[in-house]
Amino acid sequence: MRRAAAARGALVLAVAASAPFWVWNPYHLHTLIMAGIFAVLALSLNLLLGYTGQLSLGHAAFFGIGAYASALLTVKLEWSAWIGLLAAVLLPALTGWGIGRLALKLRGAYFVLLTISFAGVVSLVSVNWMDLTNGPLGIPGVPALAVALPGLPELSLRSKPAFFYVVLIAVVVAYVVCRRLIASRSGRALVALRENETLAASVGIDGTHYLVVAAVISAGMAGAAGGLYAHYTRFVSPEVFFFTYTVTMVIMVVAGGKGTLAGPIVGAVIFTVLPETLRALTSWHWQMLLYGVLLIATLFFMPRGIVPTLRDRWRRA
Amino acid sequence: MDQLLQHLLNGLLLGSTYSLLGIGLTLVFGLMNVVNFAHGEFYTLGAYAAFAVLVGLSVNFFLALPLAIVVGGLAGAGCEWLLLRPLRGASIDTTMLVMIGLWIALQNGELLAWGGVAKSVPTPFSTTPLVLGPVSVSALRIFVFVTSIVLIVGAHLLLARTRLGRAMRATFQDRETAALMGVSIERIHTVTFALGAGLAAAAGALLGPVFLLYPSMGDLASQKAFSVVILGGLGNFAGAAVGGVLLGVAEELGAGYVSSGYRDAVGFVIIVAMLLVRPSGLFARAERVG
Repeated sequence: MRRAAAARGALVLAVAASAPFWVWNPYHLHTLIMAGIFAVLALSLNLLLGYTGQLSLGHAAFFGIGAYASALLTVKLEWSAWIGLLAAVLLPALTGWGIGRLALKLRGAYFVLLTISFAGVVSLVSVNWMDLTNGPLGIPGVPALAVALPGLPELSLRSKPAFFYVVLIAVVVAYVVCRRLIASRSGRALVALRENETLAASVGIDGTHYLVVAAVISAGMAGAAGGLYAHYTRFVSPEVFFFTYTVTMVIMVVAGGKGTLAGPIVGAVIFTVLPETLRALTSWHWQMLLYGVLLIATLFFMPRGIVPTLRDRWRRA
Repeated sequence: MDQLLQHLLNGLLLGSTYSLLGIGLTLVFGLMNVVNFAHGEFYTLGAYAAFAVLVGLSVNFFLALPLAIVVGGLAGAGCEWLLLRPLRGASIDTTMLVMIGLWIALQNGELLAWGGVAKSVPTPFSTTPLVLGPVSVSALRIFVFVTSIVLIVGAHLLLARTRLGRAMRATFQDRETAALMGVSIERIHTVTFALGAGLAAAAGALLGPVFLLYPSMGDLASQKAFSVVILGGLGNFAGAAVGGVLLGVAEELGAGYVSSGYRDAVGFVIIVAMLLVRPSGLFARAERVG
């Protein structure tokens, strides 16, 4: 069983890694890159929603803080893009720690409201703090990633195939981080807390401690996705804090299958490729309308999400 | 000093509509245990419904408000019947996600129906402000304030004095016992959601002429409603009424003395501060409907 799972994983990875060789159209490759960035975001949200049971509707804030951190360090201070990316993980993680310490005493609706409010404040700051963020005009000219090995000419990762591999590595790292965390003592504690917090506390599990750990890792991952996005589109504006990002993540996780590792990735691919396919047929607003309807339909007809439902059907067959 | 008085008056007038929004949300939460993220969409619906009957059917301005309330109430009843009734007994997280889905679908539906261009509602009121000693105020805002107060008192009387209101309060206190006493829980839920949506639609129809109509106007309304409800305590009617006025005054003072760019941050900050310090609301002792 384990070996079969490993073989399946290797196959999926091999198909994904070969994509730049058979996806010729740059626009299609762009869609795959965005799917990868969203997969990291969905995995990040899933750590909270799927494994701790707490819905964060402020995840766009971590994404945006990551994007701005990397953009500001590389554009204003002209630091290396890699240090920018590191900051894009650390600053949101630190913010996640602070928010987690405060918010995770709360549960359910109260937690959701606090995360929304946090994202709302951050978004308003990004528009109003002109000196730092350049307000609604945003920050253009974010440098592309580049690899400089000693003795070799600098290799720019500006091309779409090169950046695709950067994103693919990020998805794999995010997946492995989530997997290791879930399989660890902390991961078991998180699931125990999700299932029955009172019971978990009675056997000595410190709820807030483990939830903060999950929040820090989740925020760091969302920030990494933001940093990648900044260096890919090479432009950052308050748009990165848009609530649509959070909504898209929630739909990817819920439809894909929360509390599974494959679900958010499957959800991210479906909900990036589907809108791009529909774009030729319909406008953006029809898509968002469809998102809302699909979210409701999933909760009614497939409440556990696509991956667990298909997995069960597969096993029964 | 005059400036302070003016801010306080503006806050009071604006806050009355926030109370209206908050009461609708707090009733739905308290009675149905549903976190209604689509609340602001009924506000939008009310505003556009008033606009449609005013401009499209050219009915009287004062008739547009009750029509908007009816449209909002019916839409609320429909949503409850279609989406929440089948999910009774589902976890609060599931219904919350369904309401988020409804919010996205309705908002983009409005956008498709009306387009993204902001619309303004014509009113019969003169735009020259009335000067009352040191402060001035537009006639429209006084009308909005008075109507809000009438509606709040009306909702209170409905809950406190009628048979239906007693059934609603009984359901709030103990659903099972109320059902045993012959209260139809299904009907109470539909009525409650319709009432909440109707109050939100009323707020939309009232504030629409004060500001402009645009399809995403409900987001801010939802945010204000949640701030009000958190201030007053989830499920607390009187708390929401007072909380609305407090939020209105806090916003006016924040915009006037701190920075107008951060006006809408006031509500967010209130939510964060309240949840951290006093999550049960300012008036925790009286946490009940009516």
